[in-house]
Amino acid sequence: MNHHAVYAIFRFELARFGRTLWTSLATPVITTSLYFVVFGAAIGPRMTGMGDVPYGAFIVPGLIMLAIFTESLNNASFGIYLPKFTGTIYELLSAPVSPFEIVLAYVGAAATKSVILGLVILATANFFVPIRVEHPVWMFAFLVLVATTFCLFGFILGIWAKSFEQLSFIPMLVVTPLTFLGGAFYSIDMLPPAWRTFSLFNPIVYLINGFRWTFYGTSDVPVEASFGATLAFFAICLVVVAWIFRTGYRLKN
Amino acid sequence: MAGILSITGLGKRYASGLVALEDVNLEIQKGEIVALLGPNGAGKTTLISIVCGIVSGTSGTVLVDGHDIVRDYRASRALIGLVPQELHTDMFETVWATLNFSRGLFGKAPDAAHLEKVLRDLSLWEKRHDKIMTLSGGMKRRVLIAKALAHEPRLLFLDEPTAGVDVELRRDMWALVRRLRESGVTIILTTHYIEEAEEMADRIGVIAKGKLIVVEEKAKLMRQLGKKQLTIHLMSPLAQLPEALSAWNLTLKSEGRDLEYTFDGHEEKSGIPELLRKLAELGLEFNDLQTRQSTLEDIFVSLVHRKP
Ligand SMILES: Nc1ncnc2c1ncn2[C@@H]1O[C@H](COP(=O)(O)OP(=O)(O)OP(=O)(O)O)[C@@H](O)[C@H]1O
Ligand SMILES: [Mg+2]
Repeated sequence: MNHHAVYAIFRFELARFGRTLWTSLATPVITTSLYFVVFGAAIGPRMTGMGDVPYGAFIVPGLIMLAIFTESLNNASFGIYLPKFTGTIYELLSAPVSPFEIVLAYVGAAATKSVILGLVILATANFFVPIRVEHPVWMFAFLVLVATTFCLFGFILGIWAKSFEQLSFIPMLVVTPLTFLGGAFYSIDMLPPAWRTFSLFNPIVYLINGFRWTFYGTSDVPVEASFGATLAFFAICLVVVAWIFRTGYRLKN
Repeated sequence: MAGILSITGLGKRYASGLVALEDVNLEIQKGEIVALLGPNGAGKTTLISIVCGIVSGTSGTVLVDGHDIVRDYRASRALIGLVPQELHTDMFETVWATLNFSRGLFGKAPDAAHLEKVLRDLSLWEKRHDKIMTLSGGMKRRVLIAKALAHEPRLLFLDEPTAGVDVELRRDMWALVRRLRESGVTIILTTHYIEEAEEMADRIGVIAKGKLIVVEEKAKLMRQLGKKQLTIHLMSPLAQLPEALSAWNLTLKSEGRDLEYTFDGHEEKSGIPELLRKLAELGLEFNDLQTRQSTLEDIFVSLVHRKP
């Protein structure tokens, strides 16, 4: 294991985040606060059907997940797309590092940032509504797993993308809609039966509900299914990354 | 003794179908300086990129100090430093951060003293806290050289290191290359400045259309392929070459005023005395004589245009 290399990349990536620390933290914090104003304060009191959890608190896990999805995809895809774009990837390709080390460092750095961000949003939310976390260890484990999975996914996107448009294509056109339809702001039990069944094919539903379970012990779908879906997604991303490095796909001529 | 770099039967066909390299064989010993010459698109960068692991070869094997570049890439790559042809830099980073990154990436523990020495050697020490985007083109190229030296490589590739570099800096770079060689580093460089190859290299390789057409010691190359030329300036111009002179390899130049005689520099007999006697016999008077040794540039041009 070339641990000097892993550390060098990790540090380099975190330094890159550090340069944009304020904007990258301020944006999600402000967005989250706006969600609270709109959904929590204005609409919340009229919302029922979330059991004994107040609506403002109900949406917190979904909001954190939403931020984790988009930030992980953005950071991880940008992290590997940038050297491809500027040409500095030559150094990475010519270095004595294994694909595993490259992924560990890039995805690790991006996931670290995402987890910190998730915790910052949680702290912000706590200003607006009192939040209880029933299973803190599971909560943290789930946060790390989802962040890592989406960073892996982002890493793949960054390698696949040939332009900045393509880079933002998947997050915008696929992930954001799926998240909004994934029960971040409502319980899928509130939907008409047909839509409810339809929602069960949306993987995001499992991620959000699994995470919500770690907070309030309630979930629209079985928790085992949630963890299973997350692990499956993680495994798929790993297989794709392994394939990318074996074939040199869009990395090597 | 096995060389530091050993390339056997290397071929490369890009996905586009273009054959960039064909059956390249090259053996390089420790401590050599080898210059690769070749026209644009000849395949020099492709060759270097394969050895460094940036491009995958289609056929053949490459060993770096005995380590296969594919199976044993960790060991081989750790020995290599690369200064790419294009100025690829992390614009927003400082010189110092980017150097530390490079050293770590190649598996070396941090060593501020070494990095300081590298930066001082390249007159970049004062600029270490500057962002790379604020540096001039020549300085950026020096940053790339510093990055390549950050992990103390044993085999250094310089892909057109002096393109866009001013005269003084070019001299400094040559001096640096010589110092590196003295410390046992093997250097392979490409250049379009032939006088640079002539000045620096122990051996010269010429690549054209993906084939390595010669690799030879510089002096031997010049001796074997170098021609000498004698120019005779005639008093009155000739319309055409007289039949009596057909035994010599002559051409008329400057509207018949100059007679140019090309001969092999290392033949026992040059044929000059006989030629001059013949000219006297024919009553052709001349007022000036000039001989010239063909330069590496002439040799290069004739090699590249030689039909296979
Ligand atoms: N990624 C690529 N895909 C397809 N063809 C390529 C690629 N890179 C290089 N080539 C082609 O391979 C050939 C060799 O290119 P290469 O860059 O090795 O030449 P070079 O000798 O370094 O030239 P120069 O002196 O201009 O730097 C050229 O015809 C080039 O167009
Ligand atoms: Mg080139």
